[in-house]
Amino acid sequence: MMTTGAAVIQIMPQGAEYIRILPEIVLSVFGMIIMVLDPLVDERATQKVLGGIALLGSLAAIAATLYQAQFPGFGFWGMVKVDGFSIFFHFLVTAITAVVILSSFEYMAVQRIRAGEYYGLILLGAVGMCLMSSAVELVLIFIALEISSISTYVLAGFRRRAAISSEASLKYFLLGSFATAFFLYGVALMFGATGSTSFSVIGQVLRSGQIPLLAYAGVALMFVGLGFKVAAAPFHVWTPDVYEGAPAPVVGFMSTAPKAAVFAVLLRVMFESNAPGRVGLIWVAAALSMTLGNVGALVQQNVKRLLAYSSIAHAGYLLVAFASLPDNGIPAAMFYTASYAAMNVGAFAVVSHIAGAGERYVTLDDYAGLGRRSPLLAATLTIFLLSLIGIPMTGGFFAKFYVFSAALQANLIGLTIIGVLNSAVGAYYYLRIIVVMYMREAREEIPAAPVSPALGAALAISVAATLYLGLLPGRVLEFASRSAAELLH
Amino acid sequence: MNFHTWNPVILTLVTFIPLAGALLLLLLPRRDRDIRVFSLVISLFTFVLSLHLPVHFHRAQAGFQYEIDRAWIPIPNIHYHLGVDGISMWLVVLTTFLTPLCVLISWKSIDERVKEFFIILLVLETALIGVFVALDLFVFYFFWEATLIPMALLIGMYGHGRKVYAAVKFFMYTMIASVFMLAAILWLYAKVGTFDFVTIQNAIRAGQVGGFASAAQWLFLGFFIAFAVKVPLFPFHTWLPDAHVEAPTAGSVLLAGVLLKMGTYGLLRFNLGLFPEQARANAWWVMILALIGIIYGALVALVQPNMKKLIAYSSISHLGFVVLGIFSFTQAGLDGATYVMLAHGVSTGALFMLAGALYERRHTYEISEYGGLASSMPVYATFFLFVVLASVGLPLLNGFVGEFLVLSGAFQARAVYGILGATGVIWSAGYLLWMYQRVFYGKITKPVNETLPDLDLRERIALLPAMAAALVMGVAPLLWLNAISPAVQTALAPFAQLASKVVGQ
Repeated sequence: MMTTGAAVIQIMPQGAEYIRILPEIVLSVFGMIIMVLDPLVDERATQKVLGGIALLGSLAAIAATLYQAQFPGFGFWGMVKVDGFSIFFHFLVTAITAVVILSSFEYMAVQRIRAGEYYGLILLGAVGMCLMSSAVELVLIFIALEISSISTYVLAGFRRRAAISSEASLKYFLLGSFATAFFLYGVALMFGATGSTSFSVIGQVLRSGQIPLLAYAGVALMFVGLGFKVAAAPFHVWTPDVYEGAPAPVVGFMSTAPKAAVFAVLLRVMFESNAPGRVGLIWVAAALSMTLGNVGALVQQNVKRLLAYSSIAHAGYLLVAFASLPDNGIPAAMFYTASYAAMNVGAFAVVSHIAGAGERYVTLDDYAGLGRRSPLLAATLTIFLLSLIGIPMTGGFFAKFYVFSAALQANLIGLTIIGVLNSAVGAYYYLRIIVVMYMREAREEIPAAPVSPALGAALAISVAATLYLGLLPGRVLEFASRSAAELLH
Repeated sequence: MNFHTWNPVILTLVTFIPLAGALLLLLLPRRDRDIRVFSLVISLFTFVLSLHLPVHFHRAQAGFQYEIDRAWIPIPNIHYHLGVDGISMWLVVLTTFLTPLCVLISWKSIDERVKEFFIILLVLETALIGVFVALDLFVFYFFWEATLIPMALLIGMYGHGRKVYAAVKFFMYTMIASVFMLAAILWLYAKVGTFDFVTIQNAIRAGQVGGFASAAQWLFLGFFIAFAVKVPLFPFHTWLPDAHVEAPTAGSVLLAGVLLKMGTYGLLRFNLGLFPEQARANAWWVMILALIGIIYGALVALVQPNMKKLIAYSSISHLGFVVLGIFSFTQAGLDGATYVMLAHGVSTGALFMLAGALYERRHTYEISEYGGLASSMPVYATFFLFVVLASVGLPLLNGFVGEFLVLSGAFQARAVYGILGATGVIWSAGYLLWMYQRVFYGKITKPVNETLPDLDLRERIALLPAMAAALVMGVAPLLWLNAISPAVQTALAPFAQLASKVVGQ
């Protein structure tokens, strides 16, 4: 029941069209319930009650996504499109949201942060991220991007008693709004070049032969804005400071969910609208991100900063897929976002547990002797780190594998070699954490707090996802390939 | 019971039973004794099971046996394809043979984090066996990388001295080198559409791979660098002495006994199997590197004050023989290379176990700390002499057969290679016997050495099988060679054609 472009224009949205934004509706409703309840519940109970509601909301959104999958097609005057592609990213974002909420319970209690708005903001941010993956119209994408960005700006500053957290929030906000302006400017130029803000029309115009010069500028400016959001070099400078200052579970969230959503947008911009100048632009950004990220990470002592640089490098690997051919580049990129989400959310969940009150323990030295202190936690973190290195049996391996084979099929031999060498360099600093955990003794006695059941569940889900993607990647990749084919018609 | 029905699953069983054992160990309570016994039982069981391979092997038949080929992942097209020929089969048995000995030799020396140690050891065994049985390039790479982590952990967690440095150096050297192999594998997949070794081999031979002619040299080098670091071939050898010196005994045994053979096995299987023309074109400098390795390794071994470092450098020298044999492209050379792999695994493994036994008593590997041990530890001295002679290449012991075959192969290829290689045999007698003299003969100079306890029953049980194997391999090499030769013939088939093509022109 695919609606054709002509039949899209109608006066009032039909019932099925509301289903096409059902996850967004569910998340908004739950987010607002939390905001309203926040002042009403007893302060000591907020944690359990509001966190529980938020978890429920994210689970309901997952259910809504699965239900929505039976109603593919356009909605709201052709601005929203539900297809395999959007379902994939909806599921990813809502699943990340659920896991992050699970891993926040303990953290919020330990840090003594009043929980109310925190959970509300996560859900409302997720609304924007979900919408980004199903919007097929640039203005709506811009609005979705803003919804997601604003909530992450606030979340980054949530440890408001810590100066470093406020600094992170402000820095992120200032640079972020600057970058969004670039994106908007790119949208305007694209509209000028093609006369539309809808991907289907833009794609038609850009495929019809004559490519206006403005379109090149439009694509480049949009890439600046989106590149900032995914922390791709040379727009990556904010990342280490913000990741260092923001609360650890929030970093786990903002390094995966909004990134996945922005990559979804970038996939649509680059492939669905057939962006001109794609390969050259991406080639440079990918090579720079991989190299700067990995080299930067080599010298870090703070684990959060280290993972920040690592996320820059991973954005680079992911971009390699964008320079490839669409048939295998899109599924490779989709698979990469999923497996990166699994391992990174997990890694930050461990970091948030070890950090302790006031995030005191975040340097490499604090991880010394973790293998002895809490063997299970250390083993879990090891799995995530091995996956980040890209060792076989983990999701990270197949992620890199698909990306680089896609690049080779597009004859990008130079970029592949840069990428492969970078992943060898990357092995060094991830390995350093493992080495410190298992092979060095703790210098001071660090209390080993028990892992709460909720955090344990979050870790179990992340480990299971990482290993599942590493052992049986077939189904996920097949789904991604099918939806990519759908996307390209 | 009809054991033939096991043929399709036997490789899967042998490969994964150690892993299953490791998972069971996870559940076992931390009672060190139970854990040790359990690991011993598992590794012995794996060994007995692996004996199925040589017993039911069709020796006259070339090609892979006990094959299993199931689709695993549809995109990319990855098959769970296992199989062994006469070469890899013996390497599997070597692995399963050495692991129980490693368990025995680590019985007392590993006294903390015991559970983790044996889990890592068993996981390592699975990965090592997997490398030798994999016939899908992807599965091969999977196991190849999977050996890295347990080995690095063994060195870094249970080693001594600069263990962390050694572990990281080991990891980075092999990791960086193997990404080149990964790139080459990916290229082959992009062109052929499968990871299956046999299919790719046939496609290359039939000339159906587009762009192969221009890429072949790079592909050869991609595989070569990964294997050369692992062997290790001069000048990629610098990680080995560090890794060996700091590793715990069991780590050294598996490192020298099996891990290094992954490199030579890879050269034989993939560099010769997939790129025969490039192998021939590049043989001259590979042979020179191998000769440098033989002589340089021996000379450096000669001056080592540290017993374990001496054995490590002797490995570089011995593995040089293997590479020399492989790149001679002669029946005798390849037969010999395979035989040296097995013999070196047994005798160097035993040497490391003996050195480890001494370390447990005195906590030093410095040769100058010892002297005159023959009078305080007579049984130990006898065992040590036997193993040294096996390693030196005394006729009727295992070292001789392989080195002899390799040298005769090298002579056939070019006389000067044989002559230079033969000096390596003399050197090895020099450094090993000289070390033996300094450690065991003369007067006891340090009073502590007077009361050192001799080998106990457990240590003797660990060492005797290795010594028995060394003797049998020296007396009856045909037991092994009649399975190896047909496999070598198959590996050499394209070279015979190549030669006749050259002659035909």
